[in-house]
Amino acid sequence: MTRVLGAAQAVAYEPVIGLEVHVELATESKMFCGCRNRFGAEPNTLVCPVCLGLPGSLPVVNRRAVELVCKTGLALGCSIAHVSKFDRKNYFYPDMPKNYQISQYDMPLATGGAVTLPSGKRIRLTRIHLEEDTGKNIHGGGAMAAASATLVDYNRAGVPLMEIVSQPDLTSPDEAGEYLAALKAVLSYLGVSDVKMHEGSLRCDANVSLRPVGTQDVGTKIEIKNMNSFRSVVRALQYEIQRQTDVLRAGERVVQETRTWDEERGLTYATRSKEQAHDYRYFPDPDLVPLHLDDEIVAAWRAELPELPLAKRDRFLAAYGLSRYEADLLTGERTTAEFFEAVVAHCGEPKAAANWLLGDVRRALDKHGLTLDATRMRPEHLATLICQVRDGVVSGRAAKEVCEILVRDGRHPAEVVAERNLAQVSDRVAIEALVGEVIAANPESVAAYRTGKAKAFEFLVGQAMKASRGRANVELVRTALRARLG
Amino acid sequence: MRCGHEIREAVIRRQVSAEEVTRAALASIEALEPTLHAYLCLLAERALKHARVLDQRIAAGDDPGPLAGVPVAVKDIFCVAGEVTTAGSKILANFRPPYSATAVERLEAAGAIIIGKTNMDEFAMGSSCENSAFGETRNPWDPSRVPGGSSGGSASTVGAGSVPIALGTDTGGSIREPASFCNIVGLKPTYGRVSRYGMIAFASSLDQAGPMTGCVRDAAITLGAIAGHDPRDATSVDEPVPDFCAGLRTDLNGIRIGIVPEFEEHIAQSDPDMAALYRRAYEDLRALGAQLVEVHLPHVRYGLATYYLIAPAECSSNLARYDGVRYGLRVETDKDVYTMFEQTRAAGFGPEVKRRIILGTYALSAGYYDAYYLRAQKVRTLIKRDFDDAFTQCDVIASPAVSCPAFALGAKTADPVAMYLMDYFTIPMSLAGVPALSVPAGYVRDLPVGLQLTGPAFAEAGVLGVAYAYEQATGHAQSRRPAVMAAAHR
Ligand SMILES: [Zn+2]
Repeated sequence: MTRVLGAAQAVAYEPVIGLEVHVELATESKMFCGCRNRFGAEPNTLVCPVCLGLPGSLPVVNRRAVELVCKTGLALGCSIAHVSKFDRKNYFYPDMPKNYQISQYDMPLATGGAVTLPSGKRIRLTRIHLEEDTGKNIHGGGAMAAASATLVDYNRAGVPLMEIVSQPDLTSPDEAGEYLAALKAVLSYLGVSDVKMHEGSLRCDANVSLRPVGTQDVGTKIEIKNMNSFRSVVRALQYEIQRQTDVLRAGERVVQETRTWDEERGLTYATRSKEQAHDYRYFPDPDLVPLHLDDEIVAAWRAELPELPLAKRDRFLAAYGLSRYEADLLTGERTTAEFFEAVVAHCGEPKAAANWLLGDVRRALDKHGLTLDATRMRPEHLATLICQVRDGVVSGRAAKEVCEILVRDGRHPAEVVAERNLAQVSDRVAIEALVGEVIAANPESVAAYRTGKAKAFEFLVGQAMKASRGRANVELVRTALRARLG
Repeated sequence: MRCGHEIREAVIRRQVSAEEVTRAALASIEALEPTLHAYLCLLAERALKHARVLDQRIAAGDDPGPLAGVPVAVKDIFCVAGEVTTAGSKILANFRPPYSATAVERLEAAGAIIIGKTNMDEFAMGSSCENSAFGETRNPWDPSRVPGGSSGGSASTVGAGSVPIALGTDTGGSIREPASFCNIVGLKPTYGRVSRYGMIAFASSLDQAGPMTGCVRDAAITLGAIAGHDPRDATSVDEPVPDFCAGLRTDLNGIRIGIVPEFEEHIAQSDPDMAALYRRAYEDLRALGAQLVEVHLPHVRYGLATYYLIAPAECSSNLARYDGVRYGLRVETDKDVYTMFEQTRAAGFGPEVKRRIILGTYALSAGYYDAYYLRAQKVRTLIKRDFDDAFTQCDVIASPAVSCPAFALGAKTADPVAMYLMDYFTIPMSLAGVPALSVPAGYVRDLPVGLQLTGPAFAEAGVLGVAYAYEQATGHAQSRRPAVMAAAHR
């Protein structure tokens, strides 16, 4: 539609994007009570008078949640507030037990800092604060309820929630995706959260406005909600940028509002206008006292920070001779990076360890619906397998089969190789006999090879390997075949 | 009915059983209830069961604690596990909490027998007990008059002599004003001294539980039982709890008592008879050896205005949870959930509660927050500083507790501001968070009134010490008997 206006009328716009990321913290207990903080339990089994907001109940701050927010802040270069406080955000909603949310308004735990993208660009942060999550409305009811009923599960009510607010430094949907990936990597390294967007432990809202390219104008800001994956954040931003471009090029104004992303239809729709915006009536929560953090405790937390993704990537590049691509993938998650280093420590083969982890191990994990955390495979098992391939004990092909069993069952490779009789056959007599059988069984291919078809040779090698169930030493098979066929 | 500490002695020495004491208290309450309506529910079965267990323990040689076998009434704002707890509101008419308030647990751990839940102004908002959704309580000294509020039921039943001790809460005077009206001792401890866990919130930064008793010694014993840090209440202070009885004394030699000209001017203007009574009280303190010094509290005249911004603001948020979703009243509707919220709250809250929710919501609104709530917090700091300064010159401040004796039922219900003014002398101490006590000080027009004694934060022992000397020397509470007690018992 905009194309037909012609180039002369089409002003070029650039997006200005900021993200608000909510992260459920992986604490043992909830933010203000002793209930367990766990995803996926039976509805309303992880509740108590405090997180149900019963009359007379009072909140008590979970110090561990404060620590996790501060460590995130320290990892991202924020300054940690010596004095911080909690405020009440007042609004009525049925999934909110007290009809206010305990949050932080004007004195958050951390301010400043930045998330560094793989390109080196720094996306500045405004603040990181701590609040409590709400319950979950389940519309349409279950077996017990009429179709129109809404049920509420309060298991999530009171789960500690960290909100990370970026400055509008992002200039494209793809950059927003990179920001989320980089942030997720840092969070997973710190172990502060499961960071599973599909389970809601990481949630993202976006602010986006457009301005003519090259200007510092401030356009009308649209807030987008309900994006459930990194991909949907990118898609929603792409859609919204196009929509706003169309509005502006049609000579109209963008209206300030909140819009909801519809994943199935691939579009955003308006849900709340500026006039309908809540007045949250923030005020300091009188049930809680201000939080004081001295230099000593902050220094102790800083000392406990692990090596962070970018530092680790750079070290992997320098120490292991990996490609940038391999180093990025291996350091994306802390468990992968640590597994990799443990394998290398056992076998001294970084290149092979990277290939296995990013190739066959990943495929086997995906096939069995596992993650590196969940598999019982030990780094020393994979290291042993790599050594066995290097030393010719098993063939590359047999090793793939072993690898899948290691991932699935967590057994020792030597045991698997022995049990399945997968040890590589390098015995000359046995190889000669194998090659003889293959030649006898495939006269057409032998004839084809002799008329100069190179492909036929590879076919015969394949047949030999197949007949040996991958155990034959492939180099010896080639030599023997070549000798026999002349 | 004797004092709590006397009952305990008799029970421990097995001169009387806890069960007999409990039955006597229940009988007295039942005889007076048609006149006073001090209770929202009696926990007779529960109390008798506890009493029998206690008697067995004593028979086995146990000492069940400083309140062993003493019947105690608790304001219906305190949760008692499994028992209906309403806070005087229709919206909680059917609410049974699954847990007990820390203060209640501690009373029971000290051997007290919880005998019933007392009537109160809805959510503790009121100064006459007339704002209860379940009918008004009456004053044992004159049943045509109010017992004061909001802890009116507790004051009335102790004043009538049915129980020696009751638990009340004080946000701006809700223990001290009814104690004054019913001729008993009422102590609002330092903010943070007693856990608020399980005490239904009105204004969180002001609410404080405290004893309402027939004598000062019982107040000291009860405070000792309920005070102390509670990990479930972040605002409860981890301050050592002294033996409050050790500070009880019979002379006031070496004690400096502050008299506040700002208060004296106010009482002289509102009621000369009251002013005369308080002048006599100060002379009695001097006669006991105290030195009277003048101390100024220049900002207390802003106390009422400050309080009526902060307390409603907090209440507007605290009471948001009563929405009909999880517990309490729900008005069913075919429309959406917000309509259900509105209709439930419209039907469940009384007019005074609604008034304060609206006041508080307004005070916190965007554009008004700085002018109202924030400004009020600043004035609160100034009032706190006034007390800090005053306590560099004196140990305890003596002042009126109220500006008049108990008034007639219905006399102030049409005029909220007249009702709010009842707390003129008690609100500043609540804002400052300092401990304050009302002790019987004699009679004006044949009705009892109390003297207010205020100390620095966590100096309850000093306040109780002065109150004890004054009580022992004057014996005001013992000099006359309340009307209903005479009718029912004599
Ligand atoms: Zn809980």
